[in-house]
Amino acid sequence: MTSAPLPSPPQTRWAQAALPLGLALGVLALAFFALGVGAVPTPPADLWAALSGQPGEAADLTRRLVFDLRLPRVVAALLGGAMFAVSGTILQAVVRNPLASPDLVGVGAGAGLAVTLLLLALPDAPGWLLPWGAALGAWGAFLAVLALARDGARLPPVRLALLGVAVGAACTALGQVVLLRASDHLGGALAFLAGTVYGADWARVGRALPWALTLLPAAWLLSRRLDLLALGENMALALGHRVTLGRYGTLLVAVGLAASAVTLCGVLGFVGLVAPHLARLLAGSLHGRTLPVSALLGAGLVLAADTLGRVLSPPLEVPAGLITTLLGAPYFLYLLQRTAR
Amino acid sequence: MTEPIPPRPLEASHLTLGYGEQAILSDLNFALRGGAVTSLVGANGCGKSTLLRALSRLLAPSGGSVMLDGQDLHRLNAKEVARRLAILPQGPVAPEGLTVEQLVWFGRHPHQGFLGGRSEADRAQVAWAMSQTGMTAFAGRPLEALSGGQRQRAWIAMSLAQSTPVLLLDEPTTYLDLSHQLEVLELVQRLNREQGKTVVMVLHDLNQAVRYSDELVAVQGGRVYAQGDPAELMTPELLRDVFGLKAHVLQDPDTGRPHIIPYAVARVLPPQAGGLGSPEFMSQTGP
Repeated sequence: MTSAPLPSPPQTRWAQAALPLGLALGVLALAFFALGVGAVPTPPADLWAALSGQPGEAADLTRRLVFDLRLPRVVAALLGGAMFAVSGTILQAVVRNPLASPDLVGVGAGAGLAVTLLLLALPDAPGWLLPWGAALGAWGAFLAVLALARDGARLPPVRLALLGVAVGAACTALGQVVLLRASDHLGGALAFLAGTVYGADWARVGRALPWALTLLPAAWLLSRRLDLLALGENMALALGHRVTLGRYGTLLVAVGLAASAVTLCGVLGFVGLVAPHLARLLAGSLHGRTLPVSALLGAGLVLAADTLGRVLSPPLEVPAGLITTLLGAPYFLYLLQRTAR
Repeated sequence: MTEPIPPRPLEASHLTLGYGEQAILSDLNFALRGGAVTSLVGANGCGKSTLLRALSRLLAPSGGSVMLDGQDLHRLNAKEVARRLAILPQGPVAPEGLTVEQLVWFGRHPHQGFLGGRSEADRAQVAWAMSQTGMTAFAGRPLEALSGGQRQRAWIAMSLAQSTPVLLLDEPTTYLDLSHQLEVLELVQRLNREQGKTVVMVLHDLNQAVRYSDELVAVQGGRVYAQGDPAELMTPELLRDVFGLKAHVLQDPDTGRPHIIPYAVARVLPPQAGGLGSPEFMSQTGP
């Protein structure tokens, strides 16, 4: 009690809304820019003409280019990024571990393996079936990681991350072995599992979209449960929260989001780790505010990575997942070092 | 905001507690006095914190029952219990960046609906809890920027915001220096006298327990060794049997209550009972 108490800064509704609004505008601007980038660059004026529905042959051509090729790709990047980011935010709160992320607890790789096996067994499986299969595989891998990492009633943070990476690597390798023996056609169809939105079309967006539209709002509605869980089991129980129900309810959302995102763009490395950390830094630790910010940051990050990958050395395309991994890996190592201490 | 005082808010009958197969406490029978400050005392590892956890629904009993206002505590709805009884577990940790006011709002969770709309009553209770604990000026501060004593008061404010007639505190003074310990205990005393709160706490310091409690429950060897007025309870015999201490029991010139001065270890205790009379115990650091 040495320092005089400071009055708290006035937190108006407007100030609270400014951050997500600003981010949303930034992401929108980035999306507009990304729509103009490609093998045939589209100047903003032409792009605007096409988007605003002006008649003319040139505008028609641009419209087709933008709507059939670039827009689904941009939407896939935005959705995938937001889904991984929100999934990671939930995981970090529920297991109370800063190292948790869908790709670091086996969820992403488990989903990828399940998708590979599903398409191998049922080559004509309908698109809507893929996320369900992915979710099943994701839960399998996740439960295996939890069982292996558990130390009595505790779940040591670093151990969870290391076992998650190990199980994830095993799932990925298994998936690749399976693909070696599969037809070239299947291999090509599943190339995106490595983590890219290259070649994303409306069909692919369509299979993940219902999941995103259901689970992203669900995550936000559960934000106070996440806050309670982040206080620890005892405190959450003391406040009358049904902890087991809360945990599995929120994990169901997190795993569902990551698994369906995998069927859209594969595993985008470290997005689910970095975006939540950045969001907490900007918006604090209450999830009602953190979740939307995290979603926007994830969306923006993946779109930026994909756009960067397209303009780095055309016509070569650097996968978005590769760029996010290059950015995220050093941060992961830093966190690992800090948490292990 | 004085709550009506139930005569016997918490009652244990044939209560058996343990983790896994091993029973830590068996066949306990006692009732807590409504409107009083009761301290659970005993040696390290005697099960007093375990008992507090069972009295608050954090730990399910392996036998017997705990009654809250005559209803089985462990069969009541979770939120219903949290509206009648608040517990502050030992050493709680908040996520980084959480401010005092945000923390105190968690105390309203048991009173809020699924979407957590905030009523006028909620706001009033949060403001009241912060003013009672002297935390109003710190409302916007993140917890990690506070001193240990202030942080503990912020957590107590959260429990107060639950507006329960019963408040349970598990070693509320651990890790605090002496002046902050007394600050917390005086706050507890004031809440009891002015708001009529029934308080049950686990305390390590016997003299503090005597000074700030209306009733003591001494736990030893998996049972309640004795329960009653501190003045009658604190005898050299009890100190020997419960704490393994040889001690003088003087009269505190200030309160007229007993004051204990331990001077030797009374017997060699089995190792699992924890280091009684060890320097650790004497200096009141946590277990």
